[in-house]
Amino acid sequence: MKNLLKATAAAAVFTAMAGAAHAADVKACWVYVGPVGDFGWTYQHDQGRQAVVAEFGDKVETAFLESVPEGPDAERAIERFARDGCDIVFTTSFGYMNPTVKVAKKYPDVKFEHATGYKSADNLATYNSKFHEGRYIIGQIAGKMSKTGVAGYITSFPIPEVISGINAFMLGAQTVNPDFKVKVVWANTWFDPAKEADAAKALADQGVDIMVQHTDSTAPLQVAQERGIHGFGQASDMIAFAPKSQYTAIIDEWGPYYIERIKEVMEGTWETKQTWSGLAEGHVVMAPYTNLPDDVVAMAKETEAKISGGWEPFTGPIFNQEGEKVVEDGVTLEDGAILGMDWYVQGVDDKLSK
Amino acid sequence: MRIELVKRKEHSQLMTVLSPLLAVLLTLITAAILFSLAGKDPIEGLFKFFIEPLFDSWSLQELLVKATPLVLIAAGLSVCYLSNNWNIGAEGQFVVGAICGSFLPIIFPDFQNALTLPLMLLFGIAGGACWALIPAILKARFSTNEILSSLMLVYVGNLLLDYLVRGPWRDPDGYNFPESLLFSDAATMPSIGFGRLTIAAPITLVVIVVLALVLSRTLKGFEIRVMGESPRAGEFAGFSKGRLTLFVFAISGGLAGLAGTMEVSGSLNQLLPVISPGYGFTAIIVAFLGRLNPIGILIAGFVLALSYIGGEGVQASLGISDKISNVIQGMLLFYVLACDTLILYKVRIGHNRRTASQGA
Repeated sequence: MKNLLKATAAAAVFTAMAGAAHAADVKACWVYVGPVGDFGWTYQHDQGRQAVVAEFGDKVETAFLESVPEGPDAERAIERFARDGCDIVFTTSFGYMNPTVKVAKKYPDVKFEHATGYKSADNLATYNSKFHEGRYIIGQIAGKMSKTGVAGYITSFPIPEVISGINAFMLGAQTVNPDFKVKVVWANTWFDPAKEADAAKALADQGVDIMVQHTDSTAPLQVAQERGIHGFGQASDMIAFAPKSQYTAIIDEWGPYYIERIKEVMEGTWETKQTWSGLAEGHVVMAPYTNLPDDVVAMAKETEAKISGGWEPFTGPIFNQEGEKVVEDGVTLEDGAILGMDWYVQGVDDKLSK
Repeated sequence: MRIELVKRKEHSQLMTVLSPLLAVLLTLITAAILFSLAGKDPIEGLFKFFIEPLFDSWSLQELLVKATPLVLIAAGLSVCYLSNNWNIGAEGQFVVGAICGSFLPIIFPDFQNALTLPLMLLFGIAGGACWALIPAILKARFSTNEILSSLMLVYVGNLLLDYLVRGPWRDPDGYNFPESLLFSDAATMPSIGFGRLTIAAPITLVVIVVLALVLSRTLKGFEIRVMGESPRAGEFAGFSKGRLTLFVFAISGGLAGLAGTMEVSGSLNQLLPVISPGYGFTAIIVAFLGRLNPIGILIAGFVLALSYIGGEGVQASLGISDKISNVIQGMLLFYVLACDTLILYKVRIGHNRRTASQGA
């Protein structure tokens, strides 16, 4: 027993020393919903973390917890970081919203940033990106490139971000091919390569020749390559996994945002705010256009420039599934209506539970 | 030379005690090797993983929070397993219990008084028990395989929850995100201490004590054990197999439902599409790790919770991947099962000559 105590004490001293040696200006911590090796959503957040390390070097210390399930475990993970001396904690999944709010209330001196949610506080900011801008562009490409006029769309959960993505994709496709069709498959997961691959195979069997995904693994794109059809990367540039099949990818670039916010923490100018930015700010980036004819690349780049210049894909006229005009000609949908979207545009062959 | 396993004439009492300790020791050695392979200091890793959480009041509380649902569900399952009824669907009973327990605060949010929480807990128990009775009745009536039917109902329960939080029970002010409204204070488990510990932990302790007494001191406990070990003898003694199946399923489902309601009310404060990180399945491991004994389950639940909290600790402070924590967890279970062999068998380093003659 005495020896155990001694060992414990020694280890404690050692730990304290190790901690002191790492002293940095700012400690920034991340809570991830998936594994850092998903090559999708979480991978991109971790790329952002690494960009922070590259930018600030020794001045910043970082830590992360991966594969933290949304639910009762999330609050503990977030609180652990708040107690471990993190100055700023980024929680990177929608399901972390209420746990983040709770922990932020308990630790007013720690700064929190929650991705994709809508609740904020004096020490809790929110950030998200306009992914639907990228989806409008890939919709146009799909409209141009599809021979069957049908795309398969593997997706996760019917939350507004996903629904506005499907709608933006369809609006883009319809500018080229008004009769374009999309088959939506709900995988009910953000990351499950086997399930995503099954969905992709089923869709390929049904004759789609474009594979779109709003799930985070590379599996659907890999199936597309196996079947000799084409698709788009999600969250990260997945070209290495499907060099013959990827047209482009919608890349979430979190690095610039993380660097900016951590710099503000260092300078003492950090303030809570709600960030929602896209192509213009460089938070959404299109991967190089590949496997495409020149005219389609030119069209995609033109649209990209148009959106970067401030044009909103959700600009009327837009019709809903019942054929009613829900956005008048030339009117742009408000941010709130896009962030809370719960209806499909005309032409989407799927039903939402109300 | 050859190493043989020879069956013992009777269980080794010594090994029954030593086997779990041996398993823990082997796990520690494996963990140290894994930490070194990952390029981390093994001593520091072991300390942060297994010791530090025990000496910090915050992580001790978190340990109890994590262990509570595991222990409660496993306690119920042990009653099932002792009587030779294989309820694999505690996860579903947990979820359906949580749904029923959340009925009051979601449908009648203004019903806030001293009765709110007790009623919620009762609804939760009833919900879990009813869900568990489905496979029980099918088994008692039609001899359906309860392993399959209880497992399948997990998915039904999860999809029911999914439907509710995306549909009729969705928070009207929640921007259509899939979550229910937040519970009022009257519908929240009172906390004890300064952290997330609620009265769920003492309630679980009471359940464990009662269960231990019932199993060891009462006729019902005797019936459960007899029907498990020798159903024919039990039937001669006048015990009904079918009625016992219903009884044990209702108990284990009710406890899982209670755990679900307490988790939702005390920890999450709302219903979400996913409310359990697999508690119902992990509890099966806890039940067997605790040798289907209430006190053993208490310890096993604590050990498993430690492996989660410690794994998170080394990930946050040393950057050790969560995959390594998962491996350590898996190794612990593997070693426990492997070492249990020593209770029934002894190792004999065989002599070459005898081996040769046996081979001839």
